[in-house]
Amino acid sequence: MAQLTHRASALHKSIPAVLFAARGLATASTSPITVETSLPFTGHKIDPPSRSVETSSQELLTFFRDMALMRRMEIAADSLYKAKLIRGFCHLYDGQEAVCVGMEAAINKKDCIITAYRDHCIFLGRGGTLLEAFAELMGRKSGCSKGKGGSMHFYKKEGGFYGGHGIVGAQVPLGCGLAFAQKYSKDESVTFAMYGDGAANQGQLFEALNMAALWDLPAILVCENNHYGMGTAEWRAAKSPAYYKRGDYVPGLKVDGMDVLAVKQACKFAKEHALKNGPIILEMDTYRYHGHSMSDPGSTYRTRDEISGVRQERDPIERVRKLILTHDIATEKELKDTEKEVRKEVDEAIAQAKESPMPDPSELFTNVYVKGLGTESFGADRKELRTVLP
Amino acid sequence: MAATILHGVGATTALSSINYNNSRRSLPERKRTSLVIQCDGSLSSGLNISNNRGAKLSTNAVAQTKQENVTASTTSKPGLRHELLLFEALREGLEEEMERDPHVCVMGEDVGHYGGSYKVTKGLADKYGDLRVLDTPIAENSFTGMGIGAAMTGLRPIVEGMNMGFLLLAFNQISNNCGMLHYTSGGQFKIPIVIRGPGGVGRQLGAEHSQRLESYFQSIPGIQMVACSTPYNAKGLMKAAIRSDNPVILFEHVLLYNLKERIPDEEYVLSLEEAEMVRPGKHVTVLTYSRMRYHVMQAAKTLVNKGYDPEVIDIRSLKPFDLHTIGNSVKKTHHVLIVEECMRTGGIGASLTASINEHFHDYLDAPIVCLSSQDVPTPYAGALEEWTVVQPAQIVAAVEQLCQ
Repeated sequence: MAQLTHRASALHKSIPAVLFAARGLATASTSPITVETSLPFTGHKIDPPSRSVETSSQELLTFFRDMALMRRMEIAADSLYKAKLIRGFCHLYDGQEAVCVGMEAAINKKDCIITAYRDHCIFLGRGGTLLEAFAELMGRKSGCSKGKGGSMHFYKKEGGFYGGHGIVGAQVPLGCGLAFAQKYSKDESVTFAMYGDGAANQGQLFEALNMAALWDLPAILVCENNHYGMGTAEWRAAKSPAYYKRGDYVPGLKVDGMDVLAVKQACKFAKEHALKNGPIILEMDTYRYHGHSMSDPGSTYRTRDEISGVRQERDPIERVRKLILTHDIATEKELKDTEKEVRKEVDEAIAQAKESPMPDPSELFTNVYVKGLGTESFGADRKELRTVLP
Repeated sequence: MAATILHGVGATTALSSINYNNSRRSLPERKRTSLVIQCDGSLSSGLNISNNRGAKLSTNAVAQTKQENVTASTTSKPGLRHELLLFEALREGLEEEMERDPHVCVMGEDVGHYGGSYKVTKGLADKYGDLRVLDTPIAENSFTGMGIGAAMTGLRPIVEGMNMGFLLLAFNQISNNCGMLHYTSGGQFKIPIVIRGPGGVGRQLGAEHSQRLESYFQSIPGIQMVACSTPYNAKGLMKAAIRSDNPVILFEHVLLYNLKERIPDEEYVLSLEEAEMVRPGKHVTVLTYSRMRYHVMQAAKTLVNKGYDPEVIDIRSLKPFDLHTIGNSVKKTHHVLIVEECMRTGGIGASLTASINEHFHDYLDAPIVCLSSQDVPTPYAGALEEWTVVQPAQIVAAVEQLCQ
């Protein structure tokens, strides 16, 4: 649960610990607090889990910090893009943080997550560091993909994060392949294959779902429904926008994706289900504040009132803040301090990433192939481009 | 039968056919005429192939006894051997690798209970179970994607396309995910997948089932492509492809599955990047792969009787090219003829021509001649289908013209 706080930066801040110590053990405890989710779950061919979620004050504080970090990272990426330090495509996740943080709370590192191109925050959740993320975004050598992937290709093998894919929908068959491998090696873990409401109309999704259901693969398909497929609203692209029902014979669950506790509950439920009965679809009802990517202002197909309305009523970080304040876990000032701290961490990581070197030109040819068979003839991964006969 | 031969560019082909002795084909005897379709599409009558061979005539050219039987030409290896057909050789290689490494699994349409549409996976499902030899629904895009996802975690899947043409549906997965994931993840993930299946022009199978897709896949960075042509190299390449940590596309040919050969009993693995010297010679380097190897060898018999000494190389590795072997050969013979079944436009031959021109231009005495299939969808009618691919007589004529 506290993985982000440990990995986020080299400078390990101890202010929260000091605060907890000052308040006594009761506040930073893991003693259970039961909270009701904002909305009930809706199930398709399945009994939805209960609305009461068990959490603890420590967990809530972790949620707050993690989401604040992700929000800060995405906003910083926005400025970096406008300063032309990040080029190409940059798809930002702010507004949707609850989905990835809630998911992480329900699973472990052996479970796999695979997603599309809105992957910065999920990368952090899986154990990626801010430095790796920013360095990759700026195309530096110390990036998670050595600068060769970019915004849409973040991966973290040790953390069970399989990317980071640019082509819409292509990650779902890959996700079913991950689930297949998990079933093959019988290691009691599941795969979360995430996609958006736009990708939900891809044929390969249904093909993959058919196969997952046929062979009872432990695959959980998570539709992050932010209601817009780039510039097209969901009602204009899909005849049936009830994405959780689209599995037909595969059960589905609709979840309020802005409520981190609801997401946690749903993912825990889905994991238990997938290990026993095969695939399940989770539809996370969420929202993105930015446009589809940095080149999209995000206001031509929706009104600013809509965006600010969601921000006021459903913002995931505000919800957790209210919970923390209501349950007296921390004061307003402490939370503000956490946010300041997080901002500082992000700024430091950016500064460090800006200093890190660009990849060497020879790196153009590395990692195209994996060497390994032992017999090498003239190959494509050589640095020499012409052959010289002996 | 008077064959109307139209000269000039853009002329339509006249329907003549060639008589050739190929024990496997059962076409009736036809009148012997020869029509040369040059690789720039123009026709010329082959009826009066002149004999100005000049100094290239070699009085010592003797037909290699090894090449008498069209079934195989392998370097002779000591030790016990057993005889089998090409699809059995593929199965043997597959089975040995599945036995050796529990991560190896097969997925494809009808590979399990049915045994594979070309019997390559026959019996494997009974032995290894339904999960390891997986019958997939007809969803190429997703099961190829599934194979790639499984490969990311460390499994070594072999994805069988029932016909290479069907893999066009999976092109996105093969190009974007299979080829590129190792690079875009900065080396974190490797994709040790083998994608295999039969392709090529068969017996009147129609246009969509007679495709040569090597040309489509060749520019995908990160993958390796190999084409097998004999039971010996089929088994060796299958094993090498499975053991390789790179994604490998193994091209088989529909008409070669029933080739018979004696292969060694002991285990062997061939190199994925090496070409095979089929017949050493000194007048012209003939580069070929897959089924055209047999047409070339047949033409070689004729050429040898006419006094030429062609050097035949089965390039086997379509990506990357084995420029070492090829280069040494070009240095020796100074003439190159490429004979392939791939399409003329943008095919393997076109790439190979460019590659040889770039690297070995100084060694060439004449422009490279490339004989490929015509840029047409493969017709159903038998005679038309024959003219789509390169025939031995065209090879003979091309060599003679090249070596003038």
